[in-house]
Amino acid sequence: MDAGPAAVTSPDARIELRRVSKSYPGVRALEGVDLELRSGEVHALAGTNGAGKSTLVRLLGGVERPDSGQIVVGGHALELASPIDALRAGIAVLHQETHLVPEFTVVENFFLGRELRRGLRLDWGAMRVHARARIAELGLALDVERRALSLSAAEAQLVGLARALDLQARFLVLDEPTSSLDRGEVERLFGILRTLRERGLGLVFIAHALEQIFAIADRITVLRDGRCVGSHRARELTPRALVASMLGREEPDPRAARHAAARGTQRPFLVARGLARQGAVAPFDLELRAGEVVGLAGLLGSGRSELARLLFGADPADSGECAIDGRVVRQRSPRTSLAQGLGFCPEDRKQDGIFATLTVRENIALLAQRRMSRVGLLDPRAHERLAQRFVSELRIAAAHTGQALGTLSGGNQQKVLLARALACEPRLLVLDEPTRGIDVGAKVEVERLVEELAQRGTAVLFISSAIEEVLRRASRVLVLREGRVVAELQGAELELERVMTLMAGESV
Amino acid sequence: MSASSGAAQRFGPSARAALALICVLALAAASTPGLRSLEIRDGRVFGALVDIGFRSVPTMLCALGMTFVIGTRGVDLSVGSVASIASVVAALGVRADATSVASSLALALTCGVALGLFNGLLVARLALQPILATLVLFTAGRGLAQMASDGNVLAFDAPGFAALASSTLLGLPNPLWIALVALGVLVVVATRTAFGLYVQALGDNPRAARLAGLPVTALTLSVYGLSGACAALAGALVAADVRAADASSTGLYFELDAILATVIGGTSLQGGRMHLVGSACGALLLQTLTTTAAMHGAATEGALLIKAVAVLAVCAAQSGKLRASPTGARA
Repeated sequence: MDAGPAAVTSPDARIELRRVSKSYPGVRALEGVDLELRSGEVHALAGTNGAGKSTLVRLLGGVERPDSGQIVVGGHALELASPIDALRAGIAVLHQETHLVPEFTVVENFFLGRELRRGLRLDWGAMRVHARARIAELGLALDVERRALSLSAAEAQLVGLARALDLQARFLVLDEPTSSLDRGEVERLFGILRTLRERGLGLVFIAHALEQIFAIADRITVLRDGRCVGSHRARELTPRALVASMLGREEPDPRAARHAAARGTQRPFLVARGLARQGAVAPFDLELRAGEVVGLAGLLGSGRSELARLLFGADPADSGECAIDGRVVRQRSPRTSLAQGLGFCPEDRKQDGIFATLTVRENIALLAQRRMSRVGLLDPRAHERLAQRFVSELRIAAAHTGQALGTLSGGNQQKVLLARALACEPRLLVLDEPTRGIDVGAKVEVERLVEELAQRGTAVLFISSAIEEVLRRASRVLVLREGRVVAELQGAELELERVMTLMAGESV
Repeated sequence: MSASSGAAQRFGPSARAALALICVLALAAASTPGLRSLEIRDGRVFGALVDIGFRSVPTMLCALGMTFVIGTRGVDLSVGSVASIASVVAALGVRADATSVASSLALALTCGVALGLFNGLLVARLALQPILATLVLFTAGRGLAQMASDGNVLAFDAPGFAALASSTLLGLPNPLWIALVALGVLVVVATRTAFGLYVQALGDNPRAARLAGLPVTALTLSVYGLSGACAALAGALVAADVRAADASSTGLYFELDAILATVIGGTSLQGGRMHLVGSACGALLLQTLTTTAAMHGAATEGALLIKAVAVLAVCAAQSGKLRASPTGARA
């Protein structure tokens, strides 16, 4: 067997999953999965939403137990009955959203539940020194007295990582660690992961971005519908083959024809003049016409989402005005925007978007029900038809439309959110990161949808940190930097390099 | 298969509450012979079971309103005080004119709605935490009622008003029918109207509800108004039953019983999905425990202890953790 190089772990340290199965009511999440995770290796799990990746993570982390099959760590079959058991076995899981207590400081989070003591008193001095040192090892100089809620996503992640390493983890499971990081942050994380690999740790990596998988993984295992459909060395696989394996079919040609910008010459649906919000977005002008896809590009924190919220009326503007359909509206709110035919898919779907305890059907019909009520009573059958239509159109993986939305995977929740906005047949749809955290198949689906909406005369404001997506679909792109619209590009100006340079703020 | 598992998810908590009620009733009946007797005299059904139903009505009405408030992730601590005020208002009305049954009742209900809207205003406009906002009326409400009644028990001789509680329909006491109609109407409101859907969405995720463009302020005002109306109706029925309004005792502990009944019924204090039938079962269950303990002649302290243990058991059964049904996301 190929032993890991420099050794914090014995060469034999590895995790094997043998014929592992797990079901939830109505769904078989994993079925007879075999998997071998070695130390000194980055092992990527690939698969579409609902393929079983997160379930696998929960089993490894001791959050849930398999219905059948074994988890063998270092030659011993183990019952991982709790996260503590998993940690004892040397497995640490870093979830999509790092679980730091927001109100606690970094050092409090770092030592949560295992505080150092001197006599009866907690030894904060020693804890600060230790936490600072462990975090610094990952290349981050951090004031450990800061509260967790003030950390950026990247910082919070490194704190979680440092804590896991401090707990002597030999295997790290990273569930979509890159989903809220920008390019530079991803690069830095990968640097750290490579160092950890060289120190002999075993890493499990989950991400939707294929280029990230190929950049970091040594081995790639593909899950589809809860089954393991193949385990490959990364260099033996091409991105195209990987996608085909994930989808179980060939991907449609990604270079879908980009439609010319010459769409819609009538008067604009929305006109913003000098719209601004202190501390978030500097005054900007914007016109949106029916059938037009306008992209917003900018780094994380550049004010993309803030601009979107301002346009939708989610946050009040301090100055400037916004006319919709020729009428200037004062006192805007999501409610007035909804009435005027605006739709919005917020960036943070969990916090701002979904209703987890309501069913898929209720979530989809929530706003559109007004068009189909009879004498003030809802029409469940019309709701069901509506929900069914979107479930099949967007390929939402749900056992049935009466399933609570919270039980669906993140990508499918995103699709339901889209369906809710689409069901109202909006005239302007503001999409803030609609493709984040969803799988390749669904991404293609969403892009196709945007195209289709535009053809039907809907104006779309499209925000994505994947600049290629924005460029592929938008006929016009606004580039934001530090809350300011620094450029508006169209036609031949829409080049990746140019947009990236403007985003980063280097002089062209 | 799909429809049935959907139904299980949706109606599960109500069904569990009903099951718990049946179990408690069976246990009570097995241990208490007096509980099993039912007889029909003068076209009217008598017996401990009917008595349990009858006595549970005020709690049940408050619990129905409370379920909507809790559905929005709120809580209404003022229902007991509102019931007390409503009973005093109704009593003052019929003392002034014994025949003014409808107008006195309407006045009491209007008072309840107004007080509820006041709660809603504090929550929606001043953004007070519901528990704090309703604590205001919880404290002040009973004082107001005592001031309005000059600290006296307001007895009245108004057969028309008393008949609200004492007359029967198909052999069963009126209040039972009132509660049943209220339950039926509110179940339709909860499951078949946009209002019901919005209330549950608001409680599930207030931030998302606002962003989705739901009328958050109006919803909040409405649920507290509804809760006030339910509490006022409960207070009026209590007054009609004892033919008097006692500001210091009417509606005492209604808020706690109503919250308990709602939780027993399976509605989460985190808001979201409402289970009105469950809440009604919860109210009946609480009254069964009280009545049974009284029939055993248990001292009040002992009865409270038994009640606590039973409530704990049912709430544990309603909690997802113990049933180990995973609700976490799958991917």
